[in-house]
Amino acid sequence: MKKQEQSASIWKSLRLGLIIFFVLIVFAYGFEVTKVDLKEFHKSSRQDSRIRVTRALARPEIFVFEQEEFIVLTPIYVPCPDQPLSPPSMDLSEPYMVVTPQCAAPGELVQVEGFKFQPNIKGPLSFIPSSDPNNSLALKQGDIFTDDQGHFSLTIKLPKRPGEDVQYLRATTRRNVGLPHLSQTAIDTWDKIVETVFLALLATTLGIIFSVPVSFVAARNIMKDVKSPLTSIALTLIGWPVGIYLGFLVAFWLNNFTDALMVNKLVGLISFLICLIGAVVLIRKVVIQAEIENLSTDKQIQKIMIQIGAALLAAMGLYLVARLGLQAGMVLVSVLGPVAFMGNFVTQLSDITAVVTPGTVAIIAGAVLGNVFGKIGQQLDDKLPFSTVKILNIFLSCLAGAIVLAILAGAINWLYEIRQAQYLLLIMAGIGATLGLALTLYARPKESLPIGLTIYYITRTFLNATRSIEALIMAIVAVIWVGIGPFAGVMALGLHSIVSLAKLYSEQVESIMPGPMEAITATGATRLQTIIYAVIPQIIPPYISFTMYRWDINVRMSTIIGFAGGGGIGFLLIQNINLLNYRAASTQMLAIAVVVSIMDYLSSSMRERYV
Amino acid sequence: MLEVKNLTKIYDGGVLALDDVSFEVPKGQFLAVIGLSGSGKSTLLRCINRLIEPTSGHIYWNGMDITAASPDEMRRIRRKIGMVFQNFNLVHRSKVITNVLAGRLGYINPIWSLINHFSRQDIHRAKAQLDRVGIADKAYSRADELSGGQQQRVGIARALMQEPEMILADEPVASLDPVLAHSIMKYLEQINKEDGVMVVCSLHFLDIVHRYADRVIALNEGQLVFEGLPKDIDDEKFKEIYGREAERVG
Repeated sequence: MKKQEQSASIWKSLRLGLIIFFVLIVFAYGFEVTKVDLKEFHKSSRQDSRIRVTRALARPEIFVFEQEEFIVLTPIYVPCPDQPLSPPSMDLSEPYMVVTPQCAAPGELVQVEGFKFQPNIKGPLSFIPSSDPNNSLALKQGDIFTDDQGHFSLTIKLPKRPGEDVQYLRATTRRNVGLPHLSQTAIDTWDKIVETVFLALLATTLGIIFSVPVSFVAARNIMKDVKSPLTSIALTLIGWPVGIYLGFLVAFWLNNFTDALMVNKLVGLISFLICLIGAVVLIRKVVIQAEIENLSTDKQIQKIMIQIGAALLAAMGLYLVARLGLQAGMVLVSVLGPVAFMGNFVTQLSDITAVVTPGTVAIIAGAVLGNVFGKIGQQLDDKLPFSTVKILNIFLSCLAGAIVLAILAGAINWLYEIRQAQYLLLIMAGIGATLGLALTLYARPKESLPIGLTIYYITRTFLNATRSIEALIMAIVAVIWVGIGPFAGVMALGLHSIVSLAKLYSEQVESIMPGPMEAITATGATRLQTIIYAVIPQIIPPYISFTMYRWDINVRMSTIIGFAGGGGIGFLLIQNINLLNYRAASTQMLAIAVVVSIMDYLSSSMRERYV
Repeated sequence: MLEVKNLTKIYDGGVLALDDVSFEVPKGQFLAVIGLSGSGKSTLLRCINRLIEPTSGHIYWNGMDITAASPDEMRRIRRKIGMVFQNFNLVHRSKVITNVLAGRLGYINPIWSLINHFSRQDIHRAKAQLDRVGIADKAYSRADELSGGQQQRVGIARALMQEPEMILADEPVASLDPVLAHSIMKYLEQINKEDGVMVVCSLHFLDIVHRYADRVIALNEGQLVFEGLPKDIDDEKFKEIYGREAERVG
């Protein structure tokens, strides 16, 4: 028994020794690969630059004085000329210098004395050779330091610049005049820090707009109850691409049509107003039928037609307002003067509207058609007998699988430029159809499949993968897209904000109390209504809190997004560091510290107030 | 008339919550469902409005097969079934009136919900319901500022907004003290007797069952073990429902 204990304790200490040994090896290798070397630290050259940089960093260039330069010249001959020299005539009421001796051979020592200079001042003493016709060459010989009486004395060695003519020694002193004012560096820094703050603001806004809807799709508790029969899923999958295609067609047509209308601005304006009023009237007509009752087929078709009409008018209105805005913006820029940026804002917003309208129309068309097809699928599933549904399912899910994988094949073909694309297309479509068939055989015809969870997992995977790419790396990509500048920074930070916020938000959605959701569902509310009335009130405080937090992160990130060309203050900072202009860099670092602290304080106090 | 036929629910984990339960509730009856915690009362109530999908069996209500309804049909059916919960399930951060108005959601076009709009008529109706349960003055308070009894009255008002033909009450008074419990039960009784709304209510305390219920069914481990009048529950039946070790209190 005792022996066993003993051997156990030996084993224990042996194990401990091994662990310590192993840890030592790990750290030794760590030292090796990270090249830890204090010799480098102690090198005198390093020490000098360390002191220089540290001192420069300690003196950020914020305020500067206007400086007055004061030059005193005195003649000197190198070597002595043949004729004897007469003492130079000088005004003894002004600062003056005396050289003894008045002439000497190159390399000899002379003493320079100065009188009536500014007391306690310093500056360079230079030799101005006569060989340079422009007198722009100055050979620095030393520094002068005047005493309380404004007198200095300096012994210099004459340079090897012999000349027959008179040459000069020049003392240059500078003194500050007037009040200190902001340096150019400070002004540039201010410009860029404003850019930085707004960069963070736009990126956060972009993040909120897109991440809120995504966060619901990425929340398990919302998606787990979304189940559909196969017929409905397959028809939805078919409806989406068809709808998107039709949407693009319609958008293209509307684009041309509004182009034609805009030939005359007045016609454009009038047709915009007609679109607006028409859309509002039609929407009212549909929405006013508040009760969801079993409408007759005629009524339902009429309702759908009205909705399509309203959507078309709205899309056309968007196109027109974008065009009108573009022109109005240009007029505003020329008229507004100091607030011309408002005109530019109108122009850019109109431009954004024009750019996103086709995509929006296509996506809405896709969503609507997907939804309608899905509903039809649901009804077919409810009404038709078992065997019919089974046959229908085989057909539809093969078609859906083929379409989805064919689209994927198109993307692959675009990316890799495969030569015989039609084979790829056929093969992929075949695989898709097979998968669809497999799914049909696997699932019972009228069974509800957990489509919600599938979407949830796909969204989650996408979010996690995208989130793992740092904003700085995204900035490099964005720079390729839109060029160097703050806009690239907005895109990079915005994209990163979207995915991070979507994840944070969705976790909040997952942690809400399920009771209210259950209660609202029990009243006969739709899923959308349940989210609006049971989920959103519960997630507002954490959403505000996370948005503040993200805004905070974005301000900090935007200070360095410029390192990768993303604009903001980082752009200036990395430039100055590379130019070894440490005093300017120090100014920018100070600005970052101030802004980040202020943002930190603001966001925490706002969080306290609203949450 | 509600008709439950061979209702069985097996949860994903394999737990048998309801085992071949069949019973009928005539129009306008106050039915109490009793049984131990975990006996399947909540599951039964939630199967009736399909918050929980039954595994097998049928539920007929006024001739419609609830278990076969499509999602859209189900929403239309749910509008007519009010539900009251043990934990009230109010949205805490919303105003009382918003919580009550939520009972109308099944009747309005979802587009209005995007802008949180209710008709004047609905708002008027919500105030009337709050007045009926005696807390009209609290309409614009936040729901979590109310006491437990007041919150449950908001829950009842919300159910009444649906103009229900049936109310499912899942242990509506289990979180309340006895005095409040009776006041809440009186509202349910009033709705049952005056408006002729069928009430299916799961309950813990037998004295409340005796005082308010027309008829009782009892569940034990998912099986229907008793069906009859409240006064028929004698000591023997009691032990059958609640187990041999149980003792009668109250």
